[in-house]
Amino acid sequence: MSHAGSERTELSAYRLTFDGRTVTARPGQSVGAALVAAGIVAWRTTRRESRPRGLFCGIGVCFDCLITVDGRPGQRACLVPARDGMRLSAEVGGGGGDDGGVDGREDGTAGRVDDGRDGGAADGVEDDRGGDGSDGD
Amino acid sequence: MVMAAMATDRPTYDVAVVGAGPAGLAAAVGAAEAGLDVVLIDAGRLPGGQYWRHDEHSAPPRHHHGRLFARLRARLRHQRHLGRLHYLPGHQVWLIDRPRPDSGPFTLRLNGPYDTAPVERDRVRAGALVLCCGAYDRQLPLPGWELPGVMAAGGVQALLKGHRAVAGRRAVVAGTGPFLLPVATGLARAGVRVLAVCEANPAHGWLRHLDGAVRAPAKSAEAVRYAALMARHRIPYRTRATVTEILGEDRVRGVRLDGGEVLEADLVALGWGFTPALELPLMVGAATRRDLDGSLVAVVDARQRTTVPDVLAAGETTGVGGAAPAVAEGRLAALSLAAAHGLPVDPRAVRRLRAAIRHGRAFAAALHRTYPVPDGWTDRLTERTVVCRCEEVTYGELCRARTDLGAQDPRTMKLLARPGMGWCQGRICGFAVAAITASLTGRPATAEDLRPLSARPFAAPVTLGELAEPADDLDDPDDLDDPDGSDGEL
Repeated sequence: MSHAGSERTELSAYRLTFDGRTVTARPGQSVGAALVAAGIVAWRTTRRESRPRGLFCGIGVCFDCLITVDGRPGQRACLVPARDGMRLSAEVGGGGGDDGGVDGREDGTAGRVDDGRDGGAADGVEDDRGGDGSDGD
Repeated sequence: MVMAAMATDRPTYDVAVVGAGPAGLAAAVGAAEAGLDVVLIDAGRLPGGQYWRHDEHSAPPRHHHGRLFARLRARLRHQRHLGRLHYLPGHQVWLIDRPRPDSGPFTLRLNGPYDTAPVERDRVRAGALVLCCGAYDRQLPLPGWELPGVMAAGGVQALLKGHRAVAGRRAVVAGTGPFLLPVATGLARAGVRVLAVCEANPAHGWLRHLDGAVRAPAKSAEAVRYAALMARHRIPYRTRATVTEILGEDRVRGVRLDGGEVLEADLVALGWGFTPALELPLMVGAATRRDLDGSLVAVVDARQRTTVPDVLAAGETTGVGGAAPAVAEGRLAALSLAAAHGLPVDPRAVRRLRAAIRHGRAFAAALHRTYPVPDGWTDRLTERTVVCRCEEVTYGELCRARTDLGAQDPRTMKLLARPGMGWCQGRICGFAVAAITASLTGRPATAEDLRPLSARPFAAPVTLGELAEPADDLDDPDDLDDPDGSDGEL
């Protein structure tokens, strides 16, 4: 499906780069779909064990497919629509909660703000509103 | 509508419907047609949800009640044209706030699914909510499932239907449930060689679970159609067959089956039924229960009302059941809201919808009994098997948190070993961690085990800038006097 289709629509395809390598995508495809169609199945390495990761849930739930898009880290490759000229790059050691994801609350360790997602401020809001506090129904 | 300013011009809608899958579309269209002011918020770019996923370049699905979807979509378009329904695709709800507990309007904070996504509104206010948040694949960890090339069955399907891409050339589809069949046949039609569908249960037995009063001709026809497609594509359907290990170093190379046989594959699609996305129901404080299939679901009454005033739920949020009961529940939720606003409601329509819901739920129950998560699935976990993919917490670490540190419940397990503490917040491993903790403690899993890994402080990632903004705008005196928004009687 993807192989035949990508040849036929080559002229109208977007051209993106992934760590310098050119990848084509059709309008409407996510960057994750474009990467796997090009045979690239991993673009992130985990923080703890340095293991490769790519698409898993494919619908924005699992956050395994985090990728840097035009310099913005931590984007879900399965949700970002491909655009012509996009620069994609692999992420090394990202994706963990202490990198500033929405955790690091229950054990009191605030996340860092280094990627624009703030665990520290989140602590305060979570205390007020109670993420886990709401489950005591 | 598009001209509405981001922060200054904020009407309070009668109802905000979250999710534009079968239930949400039916609820939003129904409420608008009944005369209510509706905002429909959906993370997807196109209506239809996961169930009716399609892309801009292909026709909507012909099967799976495709005509029903086409009609709902046409009615959505019409209601938007009339200005009764404000549709916000590509918006995810990350926080729901209600300044006055149990009464008054809700504020829903919105953002885009990625940093540069265009966002028309960063918040909406509504007097009532219909939560139709859908479901995603339920996963059970097994050795090697974190290797690239292993995907959720629904993710494989989403790639095919939404992005016209395939993630491999030789595939194994494994787990349990009827959803494995369309994934396998979809892959085959896309040119992928499907080596096997491994169905863990005996299957084919679901007819036995239907009592005489319940018939589902549409579903039976669907089953026959998939059987024919499986035969045409020569896809072996193996029942009582389980993948016990996924093989490979840096990507999947194959799978080992429970008999020891190895199949060489570069794509493995895994699915063990579905589990509802419950962060928003839990965020507003709605009561939950453990459904027949073992997943946590929102409790609703005969009017689709949750235990929180003015919050209704429909579709998979109330129990995984597929599109037909979801649409009926969505419609019933709309009528329920209309009645609460004093609008006329045809009691015959309500009775018909309730009958459709009973029928759909009975059929879903039969499927749940036919395709359960098999007992003893934790036996194939090894010391090094990753359970929480985000934090890379292994089964061995969970065992030690139990034996050395005394963790007896998932909340303690989460604090001590960190499963469910990463980016996905337990969405993927929550069901498994609850089951593993209960199993290590020598008891069956309960709703109490599931809740700690289902509640999330935020329903979507947020930025520092978004957090810094005020959560509500109650200080605006105009907001307090909305005649429509504060009606607490449903």
